[in-house]
Amino acid sequence: MRDAVEEAVAAAFRDEWGQVFATVVGLVDDWELAEDCVADAFAAALPAWRRDGVPRRPGAWLTVAARNRARDRLRRAGVEQRKLAEVASMPDPEPLPPTEFPDHRLELIFTCCHPALRPEARVALTLRTLTGMTTAEIARAFLVSEPTMAQRLVRAQRKIRNAGIPYRVPPAHLLPERTAGVLAVLYLLYREGYASSTDELVRAEVSGEAIRLARALVALMPDEPEAVGLLALMLLQEARRAARLDAGGELVLLADQDRALWDDSLIAEGTTLLERALRRGRVGPYQLQAAIAAEHDRGPDTDWREIVRLYDELLRVLPSPVVRLHRAVAVAAVDGPAVALPLVEELAAALDRHHLWHATRADLLRRLDRGAEARSAYAAALDLAPSAAERRFLGRRLACLG
Amino acid sequence: MRYVMFVCGDGTEPEVDLQAATEAWVAEMDGRGIRKTGDRLRPVADATTVRVRGGEPLVTDGPFAEGTEVIGGFDLLECADLDEALEVAGKHPWAAYGGVELRPVWEWLGA
Repeated sequence: MRDAVEEAVAAAFRDEWGQVFATVVGLVDDWELAEDCVADAFAAALPAWRRDGVPRRPGAWLTVAARNRARDRLRRAGVEQRKLAEVASMPDPEPLPPTEFPDHRLELIFTCCHPALRPEARVALTLRTLTGMTTAEIARAFLVSEPTMAQRLVRAQRKIRNAGIPYRVPPAHLLPERTAGVLAVLYLLYREGYASSTDELVRAEVSGEAIRLARALVALMPDEPEAVGLLALMLLQEARRAARLDAGGELVLLADQDRALWDDSLIAEGTTLLERALRRGRVGPYQLQAAIAAEHDRGPDTDWREIVRLYDELLRVLPSPVVRLHRAVAVAAVDGPAVALPLVEELAAALDRHHLWHATRADLLRRLDRGAEARSAYAAALDLAPSAAERRFLGRRLACLG
Repeated sequence: MRYVMFVCGDGTEPEVDLQAATEAWVAEMDGRGIRKTGDRLRPVADATTVRVRGGEPLVTDGPFAEGTEVIGGFDLLECADLDEALEVAGKHPWAAYGGVELRPVWEWLGA
């Protein structure tokens, strides 16, 4: 059992890490130093709060503790007076209203998702700096060793400083492109937590963090319909998480899922958010994917014609072979496997290294009673499938064909 | 921040003449006070590399790194940050044919 002070530190870690880090990195302009100092502040919190009581505003306490630590370290390193004066001039929290500590998380997330960083570094850095997930936890989620992940993070932090990546929300002419980059990182994070090959517990945590970040982004950019659309998409998929695996940890297809396990409150929240986004009249790929997810969430009432129509619209803004594959699945539900199969087969050149293409093709062939071809397609899918649950599912399908 | 910008290509000339467009880019960036210096370089056929090993200079014909991409020119930029440098580099006509590499200058503080 944790006592009240431990609970308070854990809650601050979960709720305040990103904001504290965002403020401190803005002051010291050195990501490695900021991370050390914020970690030190959290370590100091437990004994200090036991002694003096939990502060009224834990985030402010932690920010000042981290700032003081940074000031000491800079002083010892003999940093120029101007920088020290800047760091020292940050206001002390208690007598001031909360507005004196502006939220810098938007600057932080845009910097972490800068296109000059490698995509895998953007994802890791976003998790590390905004959620407080430890390097070891992130390494486990992405199936790399802890030293590898630590090196990836340090390299990215150094590049931000050395290459002059600015710590700010981009100006208007860069904003649409950079916002799309931020949304892509958050969705990648969510999908990593939804469908990666790590264990379910780690995955649920990563997805949960992605949702929390998307919520924060929506709060910071309430007028950006694609940000709202992304949050809606995550919630509408998250609603089905508990039904995706059966008691034995086996994959359950959407059509076979136990509707009672779906989370109706998440579906309701996601649907409301989606309607709010769509009212702005600037539709984009996340709103369209959310609309498709919402239609699936109607369970047996799913209107497959509407899903085909939404995929047609999605293809206009996101003309990718994977979207065309998903559209073909919807066409199979409307017009049958014979109509859908040629739509799948014309994607061979683009997707024949992708297990979902083989699995989709295999399923259509099976429904057309072309057993031998279905068997070899399932075997190809099995070879390429990344997760154990997917491989077991495909193995069962293959076994059913005899 | 200072950046050296390497203008890179595959060693062949693009089909369109980029001379006028490059001159316009130079004029704009000089005018904005961003471009400090820069020039086009002779092809790798004219390059010479020297390596000193055991105190002995070893001189070879050709570039240091043999590759399909070659540096065709350089510019020294003074920019507020990487975003400004990316905007400047992205406007260089060669960016649409080869690529433009931005390398921050290693600044020696207190020097």
